[in-house]
Amino acid sequence: MVEVSTPTRWALRLLAVGYVFFLVAWPTGLLAFRTFEEGTANLLDTLREPDVQAALQLTGKVALLAVLINLLFGVTISILLVRYEFPGKRLLSALIDLPLSVSPVVVGLALVLVYNSRDGWFGPTLEENSVQVIFSTPGLVMATTFVALPLVIREIVPVLTEIGDDQEQAARSLGASAPQTFWRITLPSIKWAVVYGVVLATARSVGEFGAVKVVSNNISGKTQTATLMVEEKYQNFAQDQAYAIAFLLVLVSIACLVTVALLRPKTEE
Amino acid sequence: MSTALSGATIDTTGPVSPQGRRPGRAKRTTPRNTLTGGAGLGLGITMLWFSLLVLLPLSAIVARAAAGGWDSYLDVLRNDQTWAAVLLTVRSAAIVTLINIVMGTVIAWVLVRDRFPGKAILNVIIDVPFALPTIVAGLVLLALYGPNSPLGLNWAFTETSVLLAFAFVTLPFIVRTVQPVLEELDADVEEAAASLGASRLTIFRRIILPSLFPAIIAGATLSFARAISEFGSLVLLSGSRPFETEVASVRILSFIENGSYATAAALASVLLAVALAVIVVLDIVQRRVARRG
Repeated sequence: MVEVSTPTRWALRLLAVGYVFFLVAWPTGLLAFRTFEEGTANLLDTLREPDVQAALQLTGKVALLAVLINLLFGVTISILLVRYEFPGKRLLSALIDLPLSVSPVVVGLALVLVYNSRDGWFGPTLEENSVQVIFSTPGLVMATTFVALPLVIREIVPVLTEIGDDQEQAARSLGASAPQTFWRITLPSIKWAVVYGVVLATARSVGEFGAVKVVSNNISGKTQTATLMVEEKYQNFAQDQAYAIAFLLVLVSIACLVTVALLRPKTEE
Repeated sequence: MSTALSGATIDTTGPVSPQGRRPGRAKRTTPRNTLTGGAGLGLGITMLWFSLLVLLPLSAIVARAAAGGWDSYLDVLRNDQTWAAVLLTVRSAAIVTLINIVMGTVIAWVLVRDRFPGKAILNVIIDVPFALPTIVAGLVLLALYGPNSPLGLNWAFTETSVLLAFAFVTLPFIVRTVQPVLEELDADVEEAAASLGASRLTIFRRIILPSLFPAIIAGATLSFARAISEFGSLVLLSGSRPFETEVASVRILSFIENGSYATAAALASVLLAVALAVIVVLDIVQRRVARRG
């Protein structure tokens, strides 16, 4: 490996660290500082408000459902993509990534066009059967599931490809049923990939804003999630409360990052 | 490293058939089908869910945009305010992508080739923009670059704030695509070049840069796409003033809130086309890399 000269190395190091410090580290640290500027009272008082509690609960519920759906869907589709051949496989594999590059607002609009109860494709029919999707929890869950959809799959597919199917075939030839093979052979070997996928999907689901904003009518206690509440509080000049809720969200996302950073090297060795 | 959070991976180990070739390339007319009964049912259910959640809603946007015909479609884009928003979005995304190409490569270089205390922390901080909710990203940037800034500058509601938000949310893309390639780079070639008298600059330009090129392109594409579609971080930071700091996705939201879904769908279909183009570019880059490797 060719070494760069010491001045160049220092220049590059300073440039990289300085850029990240000014763009990410200092602003994020400042948010924590502002939250606790007048002690912990601000955070605790904000948490005691019923509408804040309702928003946090809703975010928790929506994120949990979205992650569970993506877990089920993600594991199934990863196995189908890696272990089976079928027409249109390559197209499906490319389309899976679409949610990562589509604007959240476009995601919300797409769901509204199909499921709104006024002139959506399926909305009016669902409304007759007293199912409301848009401006209700199902819509929030769908929007959140949409944006976090590729995360679990992207983690599992490479691992599944790498381990190959020798063990699975051996198990099958020794008489194991398909479910037995899945629970005893496949799942244990993709366990960590599934865990990463779930952690990443959780971070994304808790923090979703744009797509949720479109499908929610922002009614406190019903369809207002934590991220929507941050916006409302900030715009209503309740900045301290906005900082407090934002700080909680930062804690969740940093916890997810640290979990992945701590777990990953162990299994890669 | 959570490259998956970004989607910023060139997966050369993508789904390949047990024979090690991609289906549908050698035998384009009759793709193989190895689905058994249970797996077929699984695929059916998954496809139904995928269609209801992703495919049908996205087609609804195209259908709604096309419903008014070509003229009304062009009218939407010809609106001065909309056009200003599109121009601002594309211009800022292009500038930020250029910044990312330089800074992302530098950061990846420092993370792989340099050694200093705190490097592990730098490595984790790179991922923060991915994990942070976008609305919080806006709030975080306001803390340092808004009113009451300890730096004494107030960029809130200016065009700079759009660049700032884009730069924040797209920071990890190029770092995370270039980093793994740089780690795998063969040091022998560099040493051979050095022993033959090539200068450091020549080695970087002729040997290292060409190997990083596909990764940089992939990362730049992802970062451009992400910037074009960014919404959450701008809501509080840019103020979304028409003709000044209003970007395309904010414009779409105001159409939705006014109930003019057709106009919103027309503009959304433009963003959707960009997203599809990104997927095509990435697929091409991936196949190039796979063929070479």
